[in-house]
Amino acid sequence: MLDYVWLVPAFPLAGVLANVFLGGRLGKKFVGLVSCASVALAFASSVAVLVEMLALEPGLRHVERHVFTWFLSADLKVDAALLADPLSVLMMVVVSGVAFLIHVYSVGYMAGDPGYRRYFIYLNLFTFSMLTLVSGANFLVLYVGWEAVGLCSYLLIGFWYEKKAAADAGRKAFIVNRIGDFGFVLGIILIFRMFGTLDFGSVFPRAAEMFPMGSPTITAITLLLFLGATGKSAQIPLYTWLPDAMEGPTPVSALIHAATMVTAGVYMVARCSALYVLAPVSMGVVAAVGLATAVYAASIGLVQNDFKRVLAYSTISQLGYMFLACGVGAFAAGVFHLMTHAFFKALLFLVAGAVIHALAGEQDIRRMGGLRRELPVSFWSFVVASLAIAGIFPFSGFFSKDEILWDTLQARGPLVWGVAAVGVLLTAFYMFRLLFLVFWGKPRHGGHVHRPPLSIDVPLACLAVLSAVGGLVGAPMLFGRHFIKEFLAPVFAGGAGHAASAGHAAAAAAHVSAGAGAAHPVSELGMALVSISIAAVGIALAHRFYVMSPDVPRRLKEKFATAYSVLLNKYYVDEAYGAIFVRPLVAFAAGLWRYLDALVIDGAVNGSANTVAAGSRVLRRLQTGRLQDYALSVALGAVVVLLFWLTRW
Amino acid sequence: MNEYALGQGLWEMGFAAAVPFTLVALSAMAVLLADLWLLPSQKRALPWAALAGVLLSAASVAFLWNEEATGFGGAIRLDRFSAFFAMVFLLGTGLVVLLSSAYARREGVERGEYYALLLFGTSGAMLMASAVELVTFFLGLEILSVSLYVLSGFFRQRPASAEAAAKYFILGAFASAFLLYGIALFYGASGSTTYAALRESFGSAAFPYSHGLLALAASGLLLIGLAFKLGAVPFHMWVPDTYEGAPTTITAYMSVVSKAAAAAAFIRVFGASLSSLQQDTSAVLWVLAVVTMTLGNVVAIAQTNIKRMLAYSSIAHAGYLLVALTAAGEAGYSSVLFYVLAYVFMTLGAFGVVSLVRKGEGGADAGAEALDISHYSGLAGRHGLLAAAMAVFMVSLSGIPPTAGFFAKFYVFSAAVRAGEVGLAIIGVLNSLVSVYFYMRIVFLMYMKEETVPVRGSRSRAGWVALAACVLGTLLLGVLPSSFARLATESIASIF
Repeated sequence: MLDYVWLVPAFPLAGVLANVFLGGRLGKKFVGLVSCASVALAFASSVAVLVEMLALEPGLRHVERHVFTWFLSADLKVDAALLADPLSVLMMVVVSGVAFLIHVYSVGYMAGDPGYRRYFIYLNLFTFSMLTLVSGANFLVLYVGWEAVGLCSYLLIGFWYEKKAAADAGRKAFIVNRIGDFGFVLGIILIFRMFGTLDFGSVFPRAAEMFPMGSPTITAITLLLFLGATGKSAQIPLYTWLPDAMEGPTPVSALIHAATMVTAGVYMVARCSALYVLAPVSMGVVAAVGLATAVYAASIGLVQNDFKRVLAYSTISQLGYMFLACGVGAFAAGVFHLMTHAFFKALLFLVAGAVIHALAGEQDIRRMGGLRRELPVSFWSFVVASLAIAGIFPFSGFFSKDEILWDTLQARGPLVWGVAAVGVLLTAFYMFRLLFLVFWGKPRHGGHVHRPPLSIDVPLACLAVLSAVGGLVGAPMLFGRHFIKEFLAPVFAGGAGHAASAGHAAAAAAHVSAGAGAAHPVSELGMALVSISIAAVGIALAHRFYVMSPDVPRRLKEKFATAYSVLLNKYYVDEAYGAIFVRPLVAFAAGLWRYLDALVIDGAVNGSANTVAAGSRVLRRLQTGRLQDYALSVALGAVVVLLFWLTRW
Repeated sequence: MNEYALGQGLWEMGFAAAVPFTLVALSAMAVLLADLWLLPSQKRALPWAALAGVLLSAASVAFLWNEEATGFGGAIRLDRFSAFFAMVFLLGTGLVVLLSSAYARREGVERGEYYALLLFGTSGAMLMASAVELVTFFLGLEILSVSLYVLSGFFRQRPASAEAAAKYFILGAFASAFLLYGIALFYGASGSTTYAALRESFGSAAFPYSHGLLALAASGLLLIGLAFKLGAVPFHMWVPDTYEGAPTTITAYMSVVSKAAAAAAFIRVFGASLSSLQQDTSAVLWVLAVVTMTLGNVVAIAQTNIKRMLAYSSIAHAGYLLVALTAAGEAGYSSVLFYVLAYVFMTLGAFGVVSLVRKGEGGADAGAEALDISHYSGLAGRHGLLAAAMAVFMVSLSGIPPTAGFFAKFYVFSAAVRAGEVGLAIIGVLNSLVSVYFYMRIVFLMYMKEETVPVRGSRSRAGWVALAACVLGTLLLGVLPSSFARLATESIASIF
């Protein structure tokens, strides 16, 4: 199966083609079936690849498959090559698995939409692009996937393009991502300039030989690549597009804007771990941005009233934790959290979709409530997912988040850990606020509650199971082995070693060199208990605020009116960006257009166009239509050529 | 003599080298004979018979793909180069036959000789690409040319068609005279007409001084003759008139097959045999390339008839080919091969769309060909697929990725840069820029304007198949160029 790894992205592509060419004729049933089946096949083949890979020696788990030579010109040779190693295979399994469940869910969710076929074509195209992104064996294939998922994201955010907000959100996502991608492309170009190749297999092993620790070149490359990651994975300062992206259909938010695409940045940083460990400055930046985003976005999530926007800020915050993990050198923990997050965040969004579906489009949590009994499957799924994201033992999020916190403590000391722990408190609070407001209390919605169809409930249940037990693959204290870390070890072998030996910050050196938890004053188990307690406090606070005494939030709101409105308005960052970047830029562009473009450029262009057109009319007259003139032209040409030729004698 | 020995004997005579074009010529005769026997109602079978001949010959080329043979006393040669061009000609002919099956019936020219002449022309083109002797090359050229003279006048009742044929014929004869005179002088200078002898006589360092004026004049005359066939400025005057007046499918055939055959002969004569003259050749070609590109692109802007516009576009593309020929060397010549292949798909596709569109009900001349550029206004609204196909071809002709035209130009210009002709490459790129204007105007009209004259697209299955093949080819070469580029490089390597 390893030889056929190309089948994994090929199946969804086949689904796209089938639906483009036949879907219109064969009808809705066919469209849904083909879409789901193609992703199911992709999932089955990625699982087959995983199984085969597990049978190999850990040292041999790196298989590159050349699909075709894309193009070659002088010293630039670009192969469409796929890479199957533990990291990419894990990503393939997670992406195709979650994508499959969301495809199934969409069959029910989008049933009445007139754009049904278009929706599934985009969704399949997205799955294909995402699988290409994670399986590419060089930066160019990665980049093609990177841009293609961006395109699909744009198309799906603006899926209901007749709605102005949706069309605007699509554009915002696209434009903000362009800023990040600009850095990303520069990074790739710099890699090509320095290494003369874009293959992962040649760049990563050579990096440590060619460049010393902390080399400015590697620092520049990694920072540029990270700029791309902040765009795609919605980190400070480029996170503003993700909340707006919630204008898209909810399954899209679940798949693209929670579980898979937005994690591409984390995947990319993890993939380039060999470069990042050579650049302590970049590691520091990644960690700082991740940490800041984690807490910042969580604080905004506390007061938002739109169901999906709370989840969007939660996604941004959780992505911050993943970057924090990468920044402290715990790449495996970051990827582990990426995986568990894919399960529980997809689940949260799908529940949100089910609730919104049930309430005929209502998204404001102030007008929900009491849905516990009407939507039992959604309710219990949401409970599981909330416990998972809050980090309560033994749900999946506990293991991954706890590991990130532990590694942060080891690498960066108690202060950084403390900030990260505040984020945990906020996370638990806003999640359970959501849970209590939506499912507890008296119904504040007027209408009838639609029962969700089976195709919605079944994926919820599947994801709930995954959210509950998915973390057990990384539970060293229970099994004595950390399966995920062991599995990913060959990919990050260089990385972990470097991080430990070089110590990416002076302050952290002491903690790192202390090695395993034994030498550290606190044990890993103890810290786990601490983080559970923090989460429990958050849950308890939410319970007190929103179940026991519902007027506490109102009183707090009045008391801290300024702080509340700052949070509610998301720190006015959109407004600030508007004032600092967008409006001056628009004004500048308008100025350019009115003066430089209309007068100078258009003048030059129209001038040269007019010259060419005039020349065209003149030269056209040479074509008289008279045979004699034509013969004369041939003869004159011949004379000139021959005369020139003979002077060579 | 048993069969095996007969086969062996034929093989040793180099008969294998003649198999592909002989098969085409035989099927041409078969089509002619069938035309006599068939009832008028059965004549629909003729294009299919012609297509079968094309496929048969293509199969033989595929079968002989890895063979090398020289036949008939060193007159023709089968190698990867002639096989590549044979495939290009057969591909072009096959697509033209498919396009013709609807067009010829609609325009009332569906007669047996139409397809027979197409096949004869193709056999001539194949002979040109595989000839390694001047007289044989000339024979191939004349077989192709005579077929085209007749075919371009095939609308016997239409003055424009007769004019096209007459002009082409008279000027063609004029150019042939140059060629023939050049061949005679070569014979005088070297005592032989084979390319091998050319290489031997003129390959030495002492040349050209030892052979003097005679040989130089001879190669100059040959160059003029070939430049005429390519449609290079100032030998291009016949192109717009002939392309406009000839039946559209024939125009497509001419612009693809005839041009490719001239390029093939050029590479064999000047690239492989007269390479000692290369510096001088390049100096002449440089000038020809610049004036050809520029005049073609600039004058195309002012055209209002789509066939005429495409005619000037084909002159411009001849200019790009000349850039590649100026660059010479393996990179330059293999970029010619890639260009020719890309050109088959995009040009045949564009002419194919033109041949499938005609004026609809309402006008005085309903059913006539819609040849004015303004007829394409709003085509996308009524015929989305036709307009989309045309857009693909226009994008490719202007050299925008991800289409064949982009990589064709990319290879040509990068070969020029590598040969040190940076200035020429810049002029070429500027010319491509100019060309975007008139290609994109078609796209603009199709998608952004309202329909002015009602037009109808043909529903011919065969025509649609041909168009689909062209779209696929255009995109395939644009997305996955490298295996085709390698094919071109290997073909060039086989003649050096």
